[in-house]
Amino acid sequence: MLNVVKAELRKLRRPTLFFGTIGAALFFTGLITSFIYLMIDSPRGNGDRGRTIGREVLQLASGSVNGFASVGGFLGIIALCVFAAQTAQEYTYGTLRNLLVRQPSRMKILVGKLISMALFAVAMITIAAVVSVAISCILAPGAKVNTDLWFTTAGFHAIFTTFVNVTISVVAFGIVGMVLGLLLRSPISAISLGVLWLLIVENLLIAVKNSWQSWLPGAQLNAIASGGLVDLTYKHALTVGGIYVAIGATVASVLFVRRDVAN
Amino acid sequence: MPNTAISVSDLSKKYDDRLAVSHINFEVPLGTVCGFVGPNGSGKTTTMRMLLGLITPTTGQGHILGEPIEHPEKYLSRVGAMIEGPAFYPALSGYENLMVLAKLGGFPIERVQQLLDKVGLGDRGKSKFKTYSLGMKQRLGIAAALLPEPKLLMLDEPTNGLDPEGIQEVRALLRDLANEGTTVFVSSHLLSELEIISDYIVMLRKGEIVFAGPIGELMAQQQPTIIAKSLQHSDLQKIVEIAEAAGHHAVIRNDSVHVLAEMDWAPVLNKAAFDAGITLAQLAPQLPNLEETFFEMTGDK
Repeated sequence: MLNVVKAELRKLRRPTLFFGTIGAALFFTGLITSFIYLMIDSPRGNGDRGRTIGREVLQLASGSVNGFASVGGFLGIIALCVFAAQTAQEYTYGTLRNLLVRQPSRMKILVGKLISMALFAVAMITIAAVVSVAISCILAPGAKVNTDLWFTTAGFHAIFTTFVNVTISVVAFGIVGMVLGLLLRSPISAISLGVLWLLIVENLLIAVKNSWQSWLPGAQLNAIASGGLVDLTYKHALTVGGIYVAIGATVASVLFVRRDVAN
Repeated sequence: MPNTAISVSDLSKKYDDRLAVSHINFEVPLGTVCGFVGPNGSGKTTTMRMLLGLITPTTGQGHILGEPIEHPEKYLSRVGAMIEGPAFYPALSGYENLMVLAKLGGFPIERVQQLLDKVGLGDRGKSKFKTYSLGMKQRLGIAAALLPEPKLLMLDEPTNGLDPEGIQEVRALLRDLANEGTTVFVSSHLLSELEIISDYIVMLRKGEIVFAGPIGELMAQQQPTIIAKSLQHSDLQKIVEIAEAAGHHAVIRNDSVHVLAEMDWAPVLNKAAFDAGITLAQLAPQLPNLEETFFEMTGDK
C-alpha cells in the first residue's frame, strides 16, 4: 500500500499539476475571501448567492475562517477535477495495466491512489487556509472588522474545526470525482459531468425547489465545509453526504475490482 | 520447482458472442525464447492479458512459474511485461515514468538509470515521454518490463516501430536474457522476426492453437523444396514434367520450378534434366520459413 502511495505522489508532484492546482485554489481563495471584506457594505451582499456576512459575524472567534469556509466548495470542485483526471487517465493512457502488473491487488491500487490524492488535497487546503486567514487579517482593519477574538483559544478552535470540515468536504468531493473517473473512464467526461452537475444542475434544482438542498449531494458537501447552514444542519449534511459518497465508492470499487482491463 | 514457465489448459475468453480465445492448451519450458505467433486479432494479446491477471478467463486454467493465474500476486513480482505497446504518462519523463513503476513494485531505484542505459535511452531519460519517437517509447516499455529482473518476460510486439538496428538490438537483448535463464514469451505478427530468435513456438489463429512446440520440430514437419532454374525459360515446363513423372509435386514460380522433394533427390533431377538436354542454371534446396509454414498450416494462403 505504501508503495502505491509513494508511486502516486511521484505523479502528483509534477510541477504543472501541483502549481496549476495550487494556483487555482489560491485564485478562488483570494477572490472569495477578499470579496467578503471589500464588499462588506454592498447591498448585493458579500457571500454566496447574495448572502450578507456582516461585521458582527466576522468579529466572532470564527471570523478569521469565514472566507476559508466559503471557499470550501470551490476547493472541492478543484479536488473533484484532480481526482477524476488522475483516476480516469489510467484508462485513457493505458497505464492501468502497468500498475496492475506491478501491484495486482486492485483494492490496494485504489486505496493507495485515494490516500495520495487526499494528501495532495490536504496540502492544497492547508495553503488555502493560510492564505485565506492572512488575507482576512490584512483586509479586516480596512473593513472595520475587529479581530480581537480571532486568535484566542476559541479562535484557534474555530480554525481547526473549519480546517477539518473543509478537509472532509474536499476529500468527499474528490471521492465523487474518483468514482466518476472509474465509472466513465475518461477524464473529460468525468470532469464535465461532475462540474456540470455540481455548479449548474444542483443550483437550478435548488432554485426551483429550495427543500431539495437537503438531499442533493453537492449541497451536502458544501454544507459540511461551512460547518452547516441555517437551513441545512451539519449533522444532516454529514449523514446524507456520507451515504452518497459511501454508495458511490462501493459501486465504483466493486466495478474496478471485477472489471476486465481490456484497453 | 516447475520446469514450465507457462502452462495453459483449456483456456478460453468470450466477449459477448465472440470467442476471442478458444480452449487453448500449451506449455512454455523454462529458459527458452518462445515466439507467440499469429495474425492481428488472433487472440495473442487477450491470452497475455489472461496470463497477467488483467482479464478473467471464461474457462480453463493456467499456471505461471508454477502459480495459478487466479492469483497473480503470487507470481507477478517475478514477471516483466509489456502488453499492447508501451503505455506511460505523457507529461512525465522516461526516468520519472520508470520511477513510478519502481516505487510501485518496490524495486531498487538505481535500476532505473541502469535500464535506461541498457535500452539506449540513457541520454534521453529526462525528456518527456510525449516527445519520444515510437522506437524510443518501445525501448522504454522494454526497460519497464525488465524492472523486476524477471524470471519470465512477456512482450507483446516489442519491435513495433523500431528501426532495423533497434530490432537487432532487441533480438540480441532477448537472447542474452534467455542465456541468463530468463524465459522470454514474445508475441509478434512478424513471423520472420520470431523465427530468428525463438526456440519454441506457439501458433495461434482465430483464437485456436495451430501448433505449440519446439521450432525445430515444426520445421522438421515441413517438406523441403528444391528450387531449379534453367537457362531457357521454355525448359521450365519440362522440369515440372520430370518432377511429376517421379511423383513429386512441382510448380513454376518467378522463373523457377519449386519441387516438393527431399534434398537427396536433387542429383536425380540434375541428371534427368541433363539427359533431357536442359541446362540448369540453379539447383538449390530451400526449407520453408516460419511464415510459409504458418500459412501452409492454417491454409490462409
